[in-house]
Amino acid sequence: MENNAFYVALTLLLNLDASLFQIVALSLQVSLLAVLIAALLGFPLGAAVAIWRFPGRGGMTVVLNALMGLPPVVAGLVVYLLLSRAGPLGEWGLLFTPGAMILAQVVLVLPILAALSRQKVEELLGEYREQFVSLGMSSSRMMPTLLWDARFALLTVLLAGFGRASAEVGAVMMVGGNIDGVTRVMTTSIVLETGKGNLPLALGLGIVLLTLVMLINAGAYLVGELTRRRVG
Amino acid sequence: MKKALNLLLAGVVSMGMAFAACAEDYITLASTTSTENSGLFASILPKFKDTTGIQVRVVAVGTGQAFEIARRGDADSLLVHDTAGEKRFVENGFATERADVMYNDFVLIGPADDPANIREAQSAAEAFAAIADAEAPFASRGDDSGTNRAELRLWKNAGVDDPDGDWYRELGSGMGPTLNTAAAMDAYVMSDRATWVAFGNRQNLTLLFEGDEVLFNQYGSLLMSEEKHPHLKHDLARKWHNWLLSEDGQQAIADFKVNGQQLFFPNAK
Amino acid sequence: MTSFHVPQLASFILSPPPELCFADVTFSHEDKVLLGPCSFTLQGPGPTLVMGPNGAGKSLLLRLSHGLLFPTQGRITWSGEVCPRQAMVFQHPVLLRRSAVANLIHALAVNNVPRRARVKLAHDALERFGLTACCNTPARVLSGGEQQRLALARAWVLSPQVLFLDEPTSALDPAAIKAVEAAVQEFHQRGTRIVMTTHDLHQAKRLAGDILFLSGGKVREHTPAEIFFDRPVSREAQAYIAGELVE
Repeated sequence: MENNAFYVALTLLLNLDASLFQIVALSLQVSLLAVLIAALLGFPLGAAVAIWRFPGRGGMTVVLNALMGLPPVVAGLVVYLLLSRAGPLGEWGLLFTPGAMILAQVVLVLPILAALSRQKVEELLGEYREQFVSLGMSSSRMMPTLLWDARFALLTVLLAGFGRASAEVGAVMMVGGNIDGVTRVMTTSIVLETGKGNLPLALGLGIVLLTLVMLINAGAYLVGELTRRRVG
Repeated sequence: MKKALNLLLAGVVSMGMAFAACAEDYITLASTTSTENSGLFASILPKFKDTTGIQVRVVAVGTGQAFEIARRGDADSLLVHDTAGEKRFVENGFATERADVMYNDFVLIGPADDPANIREAQSAAEAFAAIADAEAPFASRGDDSGTNRAELRLWKNAGVDDPDGDWYRELGSGMGPTLNTAAAMDAYVMSDRATWVAFGNRQNLTLLFEGDEVLFNQYGSLLMSEEKHPHLKHDLARKWHNWLLSEDGQQAIADFKVNGQQLFFPNAK
Repeated sequence: MTSFHVPQLASFILSPPPELCFADVTFSHEDKVLLGPCSFTLQGPGPTLVMGPNGAGKSLLLRLSHGLLFPTQGRITWSGEVCPRQAMVFQHPVLLRRSAVANLIHALAVNNVPRRARVKLAHDALERFGLTACCNTPARVLSGGEQQRLALARAWVLSPQVLFLDEPTSALDPAAIKAVEAAVQEFHQRGTRIVMTTHDLHQAKRLAGDILFLSGGKVREHTPAEIFFDRPVSREAQAYIAGELVE
């Protein structure tokens, strides 16, 4: 019975183990903050690419789409080299801290949010463009209106970004160092326990992670769906 | 919506404060997976913290990567097990001091039916030669870790200059994942004893050969160069280094047991 | 389309609606001439109803006039120094995904109406078009008629000197059509130049001051409404009124 992953997951949850709680809390903090920062940068970026015609716009779209597939460990390596004492941002002293993990996840999530929001905003702009021109709106004035009116689509985009952030392990492992009590998150714990051969515990942690991500998705879906139905 | 935004903002601010609260006295220690995975650090670090108030943050990676982290100035202290590499590190000026701390030993693990019959071997060299002769599957770390470097030296000792062929599988992963893989393909594998004893997914694997002195695995603690990396916490790192070599530290290492078995043997001079 | 001032009704009543002049205007797409060349001037009080069979170029003419499209050749000019304030109501109203009142406030905001004035102007317009009850209803869940009235209210708050309407009633039921026509009359009385396309002869009879008749991308006739319906000049218009199929 103790070797059953579901049993382990259940015990972990029921005991509300303090160290597990800390790991879960850190995972959520890092991923949510990373997604928030990435959204503040990525949504306007995506909308800008959708709205303005500028040379290299096609190339930019391709690059953003391609970066959606950036391997986490590459993002981790880049951020590691940036933040390392020998690197350009070494002065910040961020390596092996949650801040470094957030930065790495921002690098991972930003292209997803920018590329997908570009697509959503472009669709909406197709519908709105004549009305906008009729109202005499400048391109820069269109951006906030489009972002707000695309909010339900963007919520889904946000969830895609959060999914990527909370699921990846390569980047946070490399720049966080999986330090017990400091930078250990769900995914790095799973890698660690797998390494120790504690497969049921590793899988149990996986189930806990999945449950959490599912709860967040379900919550966002419900909120989105309810308001969408109201707003039409 | 405004309300939601305010809530979000409050959340961000409180998170930032939570991170800031972590800023107590600490050093970053680059070390190996074997020490972390076995639970040694979980056992001795609280004792060190009680004495000095200093938190040790362990980044557990392969020895090769640990050297690289230290070389770039990203760790305050280094505890690894590759004596030759450590001495080179000092010679190259990255570290100023190296001291023996403890040793554990490597053991040879393999499928219980032991197709290469290494149970009967009189020495490690004989055991390694038997595996090569039988071309029995062997899982190698292949990650330039201390264990990997030791394994390659042992092949050379056994007269197998360059292990190669279908039977020799370089995995490029840590000790734990390598044991997982070996268990899945019934391969021989060399592991440090600590990881093996604490390992939970043995399946058909069992300990087949141990005890030869060449299998001893010496751990060393290194102090970083103040000249190369003036920003590091050299004072705190020295406290840690000295504590490891002190009677208290050595005793703490000896006291760490898994399933009643001592895994690391202090041998500071 | 230019800078906005809080409306002063008196100025509309005193100044005549701006005149629109097409001079040899052609619009082509991929070497195919879709409209023109056509020349005409809209002066008179209006409202001007643009009529003609499908594909005659009615919507194109409206979009060119409003500045959503630009002519391939020729010039479109307005009387007066500056381009007049104008608005357009589309066949399918494009409403933002927010409440009815928020749609109006947004239109005011993008036209730089001071924040304090927006809410009052928006509510006044909602009341004028009988939408007070749906003030906080999301615009997208309003009925077709209500949506079109909201689009008219949005145009109203901008106090345009010219209002273009592109078949605003073609998707509506009779009661809603009546409400839209009443609204158009209200704009007209305020001194707004109305340029509207329609398929509906009866609607044209009810609303039109003058008729601009198009077929095959050309202006066939521009006459006062009573003349157009009584004894149209062009052969195409005669056929159209007689209910024949016109190319």
